[in-house]
Formats: sequence, structure tokens, C-alpha cells
Amino acid sequence: MKFSEQWLREWVNPTMTREALSEELSMVGLEVDHIAPVAGVFKQVLVGHVKSVEPHPDADRLRVCQVDVGARELLNIVCGGANVRVDLNVAVAVVGAELNQEFKIRETKLRGVLSQGMICSSSELGLAETSEGIMELPTDAPVGKDVRDYLQLADYTLSIDLTPNRGDCLSIAGIAREVAAITDTQTTPIKIKKIAANSKAIFPVQVKASEDCPRYVGRVLEGIDANAPSPMWLQERLRRSDIRSINVVVDVTNYVMLELGQPMHAFDLERLQGAIIVRRAQAKETLTLLDEKAITLTPEDLVICDEKGPLALAGVMGGKDSGIDERCTTTKIFLESAFFDPVRVGVRARAHGLQTDSSYRFERGVDPQLQVDAIERATALLLEIAGGQAGPVIEVANKKALPAPLEIVLRPERIKRVLGFVVDDEKIESVLTHLGMHLKSHKVGWKVTVPNYRFDIQLEIDLIEEVVRVYGYARLPEHEPNARLDASDIPETVLSLRRIKQVLVDSGYQEAVTYSFVDQKIQGLLTPDEEPLTLVNPITSELTVMRNTLWPGLLKTLLHNRARQQERLRLFEAGLCFRGQGDALQQERVLAGLVTGNAYPEQWGMCDEAVDFFHVKGDLERLFAMTGHSHEYEWRKCEHSALHPGRSAEIWGNDEQIGYLGAIHPRITQKLKINQEIFLFQLSLSILEKVGVPEFKELSKFPAIRRDIAIVVDKSITAAKIRQKVLEISGNLVKNVQLFDVYSGAGIAEEQRSLALGLTLQHPDKTLVDDEVNTVIERIVSSLKQEFNATLRN
Amino acid sequence: MQELQDIVAKAQAAVESAQDLQQVDAIRVQYLGKKGEITEFLKQLNNLPAAEKPQAGKAVNVAKQTLQQAVQARTILLKEQQLQAELEAQAIDVTLPGKGQNMGSLHPITRTMQRVSDYFSKLGFDIAEGPEIEDEYHNFEALNIPETHPARAMCDTFYFPDGKLLRTHTSPVQIRVMQNLEPPMRVIAPGRVYRCDYDLTHAPMFHQLEGLMVDETVTFVDLKGILTDFLQHFFETDLPVRFRASYFPFTEPSAEADIACVYCDGQGCRVCSHTGWLEVLGCGMVHPNVFKHCDIDSEKYLGFAFGMGIERLAMLRYQINDLRIFFENDVRFLEQFK
Repeated sequence: MKFSEQWLREWVNPTMTREALSEELSMVGLEVDHIAPVAGVFKQVLVGHVKSVEPHPDADRLRVCQVDVGARELLNIVCGGANVRVDLNVAVAVVGAELNQEFKIRETKLRGVLSQGMICSSSELGLAETSEGIMELPTDAPVGKDVRDYLQLADYTLSIDLTPNRGDCLSIAGIAREVAAITDTQTTPIKIKKIAANSKAIFPVQVKASEDCPRYVGRVLEGIDANAPSPMWLQERLRRSDIRSINVVVDVTNYVMLELGQPMHAFDLERLQGAIIVRRAQAKETLTLLDEKAITLTPEDLVICDEKGPLALAGVMGGKDSGIDERCTTTKIFLESAFFDPVRVGVRARAHGLQTDSSYRFERGVDPQLQVDAIERATALLLEIAGGQAGPVIEVANKKALPAPLEIVLRPERIKRVLGFVVDDEKIESVLTHLGMHLKSHKVGWKVTVPNYRFDIQLEIDLIEEVVRVYGYARLPEHEPNARLDASDIPETVLSLRRIKQVLVDSGYQEAVTYSFVDQKIQGLLTPDEEPLTLVNPITSELTVMRNTLWPGLLKTLLHNRARQQERLRLFEAGLCFRGQGDALQQERVLAGLVTGNAYPEQWGMCDEAVDFFHVKGDLERLFAMTGHSHEYEWRKCEHSALHPGRSAEIWGNDEQIGYLGAIHPRITQKLKINQEIFLFQLSLSILEKVGVPEFKELSKFPAIRRDIAIVVDKSITAAKIRQKVLEISGNLVKNVQLFDVYSGAGIAEEQRSLALGLTLQHPDKTLVDDEVNTVIERIVSSLKQEFNATLRN
Repeated sequence: MQELQDIVAKAQAAVESAQDLQQVDAIRVQYLGKKGEITEFLKQLNNLPAAEKPQAGKAVNVAKQTLQQAVQARTILLKEQQLQAELEAQAIDVTLPGKGQNMGSLHPITRTMQRVSDYFSKLGFDIAEGPEIEDEYHNFEALNIPETHPARAMCDTFYFPDGKLLRTHTSPVQIRVMQNLEPPMRVIAPGRVYRCDYDLTHAPMFHQLEGLMVDETVTFVDLKGILTDFLQHFFETDLPVRFRASYFPFTEPSAEADIACVYCDGQGCRVCSHTGWLEVLGCGMVHPNVFKHCDIDSEKYLGFAFGMGIERLAMLRYQINDLRIFFENDVRFLEQFK
């Protein structure tokens, strides 16, 4: 809601500056987000009357005008405006005038002709963003008068960002009521005069959908001059609310809407047939709206029709063929002022993708008692400006469908309980009365009758809000809440995500936060077999599907950073990934990472070593170590469409698959035009978070003995199998198997490799002697031979 | 005896000029060894008359001790010099960079979320989570935003073909919590939220933290108190906080909280549009209709709820001037938050 401060002050004029008033309004929930002067900075611009216009001798586009500005002599002014003509009233910046503080008007010669001023356009005066030609002032503009005074430009516009509950403030009258309440002043509303009919002209109105249209008020005006110019004050007020002047009829309906809050519509009566019929549309009926958009109607739409068919989408927009357009020559109009069901207007406007000043107000609730007043006000203005005669007011109302006055019991005890603070009864009564409520005493407090225009007040709590809002939030104290000291759980069987993230951060990883919707092309490369979850209304064509893994976002991050010469990346992200559709939708919490470039940051004393699978595996093993059952994690070769089949693993823990680690498939790096190896991992957080509580085991008091053996086995035998076998064979004597070397090459057959194992043996109750140790080692060696055909390396 | 003194003087001079331990040892052998020059004097004492013996013996012993001390002192000195030389040779350039992995970093959104959560955790608020793909009931209806409500237009919602949607705020978690727990309750719900809006100051995804407290004696002045205290803790200064009336369908009364602009100390600048205030969160008393959806008796229980934008807080705290940089994940940005 944007409006002129002057206009508001005609209705209510508290003695406070506009800044202070704006602050007060913002504090009570009518946020003033912009205050601006209504015109540019200029002085010495006068109303002038063009006496003569001659062509410029040396320039086709310029004219030489004689202009009367009320001085003894006419001014000779060169003007480029195409619309300059004899007898036109214009705004003249005379010699000495200043426009926008910097542009000074001097007597000068334009292409050899003397020019003693400048005829201004509205944009040059800061009255419009853009304009064509010079500004035309009405014929009754007083020649010689300062334009600033004539147009009353010592004014500001206030823009209020209204919340959707405050439909009652979408008018000067509504804002004035609010201002009066918060500043404890009185409003001086305009007097609505009943305009007695001076013609008998009526037009039949039939309301067939009276639930959707509980009140329809109409009136026929005859003999009016629809082409009469709107007076400057009217145009200016509309302009200050960002409404373009169209013609006097439309301007007056818009003016009444701004002033009282009642959206109105005017029909060209000469184009209506038979009667006004308010009804639901029939399927497939069509209507071409004022903005030339053709819509197809459904039985959900409420329309204003005549006997031929739909004329207007009720409360939203009129039709092109029945309105009063810019070049209307009609002398007979039919004015409409109705109350439509807010929900119907809102829902149907949205369904057609429309929002107009009218639908915006109807949807938020127009005062159901306002229709007759509004039509009287519009009639008075139109008769005054455009002449003519008014017929009687036609009213069709369905009292049962009109919102009933609401009575709410308000308990002071409840106010105190909600606020934690006592507001004086007297203050409560004064605030509510100011806001148009009627209070009657009641055994527990008051019975409050809520005015019809306050659609937002339904419950006692809504009244409490009104009280505290106007009383002032700032005047309430602050208090620390009281609550029982009941502590939160401190579960030790859950590894917190915060701790998990910290481990990665301490291992040199940077946390990324990427969008949950991703590029279908990148995700399609990674998970070609999964049907992605697609958004109906994505924000861009690159973010159309929900991620089913966090890898697309991390890869995009990689591309972003590579383009900025950052080639070594260690990234992780935690968040949801979305898999499956409909009822099978799963929103799974996962932790994912991307590692590429050198294993360590570039440093002296160390050769650059590209990161490999085992570096990242080490990082993950540190995470698993925190779960207390790291020995239960298994690394199995895997097949994942995104990963290199020979350099990737499924990770299993406790018979559940916890995730993946692997090099991205070379096919994908090729498509992404990346020529370095990239490792990706993703783990299920719900599994990773499950941890054991540590259980103490007795420390052995006896010495540990270490024996190293190196065995040669086929490459197909995994290290894990050998380790498992060693532990199985040794009873409980082997406490640790440390793999300290892996070798293949000279001296070892092509398909084999050598694994060097350091075995730590220890007995809980005695010192092991050499013989015992040797026996165990021999048993291990022979069973490895038997099981895997492993031989000792000499 | 003059002879002995000359020898001692000569030996002392030799010791003093010895450059290494071997030389010192050679000098010791030359004078004090089995066949050393001073040893020879000792051997010859027997040949002296008895009356001269004590004096001569004493003189030889003095000479011997003098020389022994000189040798010892020189040995210590040379050993020390040798050690110094070794240490010097072993010296390193301590200004060379250290080795190993770099320190990583938490995303500033996480960092901010953790600080906010820490404040409320200390007050006994538990952390709750909810799904990001929500249904209309939890995201709108249960929060007192029926389908026909103009407030639906406040949220530009992302939809899926089956009618589900991406939650537009963390408030649906309130509903899930209240439907599952019995009052009294204190929870916060941090998380991602989504709105179909993308420009300089809006991202289609951002983060909120929602708070909810329900008990028999929760009041509006409590809400003012806790949020003022929180904001002052978060910014670690007693900055002015003000509450303005506002509107949210799920709270009544509703408020927005502003802090004095942290860029200009409330004097007015470009960041605060010359108002001196910055809006940082929305809050209010839980609407009775919301309680009704959760089967909580609104006559018995009262509650407050609040919600804040994490990016907004992070931007103010760390003077980040561009919302979009959060989601670019440029490592040069990320590494600034170690």
C-alpha cells in the first residue's frame, strides 16, 4: 500500500514527523519500507500558457514558443516536445530555475534562437520515471503559479509492506483508523453524502450465486462525459499510489478504492444487454479481460454477466468489451460495488495467474458494509467532475451469506497469562475502541463485538494481540523463562554428527553445503539406473531433480574450484539424499566426500604423491575407530555405476551396507573433462552413528613378543582373508597383526605378491617361551599354505 | 727445582695451545704419563737426601696437580667447544614450514548453526529434525495456513508431481514434535528450507533454526527475554534488540525482532537502509489452532516459537556480503572459517 502523506493527514493528523509516524506504524506491524518525495527537487518552475508556436528556422524537431508565465512580457522558449501546441498549459522552468539541484536554467540560444527557459516533461520534474513529450497541465491551471504549489508537491509517499492479515489497511480510511489508535488521536473521515437519484434509470441485477456474492450494489449514471479530464488533484493522488490515470470514470473508481478500500468496476451501459447477472461460469465459457488476455472459465469461477455472456471475472478484472477504456465515448455507465467471497476471489485469481488491486483487496477481505457508501462516494465525485444524472442505488443482498458480526469474550486474566504482564483495563478498552470494537462488560471481562472489516480477528488471542500490539511491544519487560531443570539425554551410543564432522575437519577436509536439487545431466552420469525425483517448478533448468547421492553437488564444487586453479580438494558434505518415489520415498541422512589432487599439501622434503584409495580409506577408518567396533567393518569389491570397478569398495558394518568408497569411473571423468583421479565416498549416517560403549579389558602383565613373517600368495587372495585366518588359527595369542609391507615385482611371480606381517603375541597369564611362539607361528604358516597356497618368502 | 718450574710452565703453555683432545692427551702423557717428565721427577725423589725429600716431594706434587688441573680444564673447554660445533652443525631453519596435513574447515553455516544450537542446548532445548520433503498438512494446514489463505502466497513453494513439497520453513518440525511429545517441551529444529526465489538476496535453498517451548507458564515476555538474551550472546555484545508486531499464521501475537545494525552501531548505513535496525528473526506465541492440530489444550498450555535464518546471522556475524557465496563452496571462502 503506497499513498500520499498529505492525503493521510487529511484523515488523521497526529503531531509527529513523518519519520516518527512511520516508525510507529512499523512497530505495530504496518512496516513502512520506503518513504520518498513525490517529485524531484526543483524550484522556479511556473505554470505557463503557450500563446504561439512557430517552427524553428534551423531545426526540424524544435519549435519556438511564446509563453505567458504571468510576467509582463511573454517568454521566447525553444521546445522539442512534439505535443507542444497553442493554448496548452505547461510547466515552465524560467531563467534561474534549478532542476535536480544541478541543472540551472539560463537564457541561451538554441541553434541561433533565443530561449528564455524550458518547457518541462513530467520526468524532468521527477513526477514519472519516463515520459513522452512535455507535461500537459489542465486548462484551469493558474498561469504564473509555482508548479510546486499548484500540484502540492511538498508531499511524500509512504509505502507500507502489509502482512496478508491486514486487508482492512488497504485504504487511506483503514490506515487512518490504525494511526488514530496508535497515536490516540481522532480521525476526520470524509462525509459520505447520499446522492438522491435525479434520474429513474435503473438496470436489472440478478444475483444467482448469492453465497459467492452476498451483496451487489449498482447504479446507472447517465449523461456523463467519460472523456472529461480527471482533475489534477485526482491524477496526482492516483500517481502517488502508482496508479495510472486512464479516464475520469476509471480514475474515480480507483480513487474510491484507495480512499475507502472498496474495489469498484464501471461498465459501459451501452454495451450491456438485458441485465447484470452474477453467477458461476459455465464450463468452457471464455472471457477476454481488460489486459487482452483471454481466459477459459470453469464452474468454479464467479462471473458478472449480461444476457449475452460473461463481462467480468468477479472481483478480479473486467472484460475488454464492456469496460470504460481510454477512448470511450459513452455517456451511460453502470457502476458496480460488491462484496464477493474472499476465498472465491483469491482462489480463482490464482487459478488464472492473476493478481489485481481488486483481487488483492477482495482476497484479504473488504468491509461487507461498505458497498453503498462507496457507490455514493463515487457518484458524488463523478457527477461533480463529469456531470450527468444518477439513477437510484440498486442493491441485492443475501443477509445470511454476509459475514455475521462476531462477539468474542476477552478475559483480562488470559491477557496476563499470555503476556506475562498486566495491561490496565482502561488501556485495553481504549485500544480496542479506537480500533472500532464495541466492548460490553461481561462476568469474566468483556464481550467484544468485532467490526466486519477485521477478518483477521476470530479468537480471543487475536484481541490480545491487538491490545499488546497497540500498547507497544517495546513497553513490555523482558523476562527469562522459568522451566523445570530437566536435562537432555546424553546418549553414549550415538556418535554425534558434530563429532564426525570435526574428525574430517581435523583431517584436512573442508565442509561444503550444496543444493539439494541438482543437474540431472551430472546425476544421470552417476546413477543412470535410478529414476530421479523431479520438481514440478524448478528454479533453473540446471537444478531440476532431487539428489539421490551427494556426489553431483560435490562434483559441481570440484568444477567450480578447478576453474579457479584449486586442484587439490578434500571436501565433505552431510545432508539428505532422496531416493524412491511416492510412498517409497526415502530421505536418508548421509555423509559424503570428494578427494582429489595430492595426498598432502605441497611441502618441502616430500615428493608430490597423488592421493590414492588408501589415503581416503585411512581417513574413514579413523571415523570407524570412533564407533568402537571398527574391526567389524568389511571392505568388499563393488560394482557401482559411478565408480572404477577395480578401485572401489562397498563398506559393510554389522551386516549392513554402510556405503561406498572408490575412484570415480574414468568414463565420467572423461565426460566432465577432468584428467585427474577423484575419490568419492558416501556413508549412511544412521549406521555410522551407532556406537558401542567402551568395555574395559584387563591388561596383560606379561611381555609381548613380536615375530615378523613374509608370505608370497596369489594377488587374488585379499589381505583381509589372510589377516582373518591368522587370528583364527592363533587362538587368542596373537593380539595384533600389523601389515607392514606389500611387494610385487622382481623375485616374485607375476600373479603373486608378498605380504609382510608383524605378529604381536601375548598370553594373559604367563610369559610366552620361544617354543610356544614357534609352534603358533608354524601353525599359522602351514594353515596359510594349506588354505591359500601361501609360501614363506626367504 | 727451577727446572721443574720451567717444565710446568712449558707444559701449561702446551696445554693452553692444544687444539683438540688428542693433543691434550699427548701432552698429558708427555708430562704425567708413566715415563712423563714430571713422573721422572717423582721417581728421582728417592735419590734425594732425606731432609730434602719432603720439600721436593711437595713441589713435584704441586707441579703434578697444577698440570692435571690445566689438562682437565682444557679438556672440558675443548669438549664444550666440540659440542657447540656439533650443535651448530645440527641447527635447522626453524622458519621452514611444518609438515603434514592442513587443517580443514567447517562451513560457516554449520559453524553458525552450532553456535545457535549451543545457546539453546545450554537452556535445555533438545534438537529435533524432520523431513525436507513434506506434505501440505505439516507445512501449511497444521500451521493454520489453509489452502485458500493468502499467506500461502508468502511462500514460493517447490512442488513434486504427487503433491508433496519441499518444506518452506522448519516450522513443520514443530508440528511433528508436538504430535509426538507431551508438554512441557523445549526443542530446536535446525535445517534446510526451500523457496522458489533466486536473486541477490534470496537463494532457493537456505537454512533456518526453529525453536519451540511449551509449558503451563510460558509468556510473551519470556519470549522477549530469551530472544534478547540469545541475540546478545550470539553477537557477544549487549546490542539493542527491539520487537515489532508482525504476522505469521501459526503464532499470535507475532513479532519480528530487529537488532541495532552491527555495521553502524545503529547509526544508519547502507546495510540497514539507514534505519539503524536489522531484522533477524520472527517469533510469537503458538496459535491455538496449531495446538488444536496437535491435541494440546491451549487453555492449559502456552507456547512460544521462533525461527531465524542462519545465513542472515552468519552474514552479520562474519561480514559476508553475498548470500550466493555460501553455496559456491569456493575453497578460498571455506578456508576462512577454520
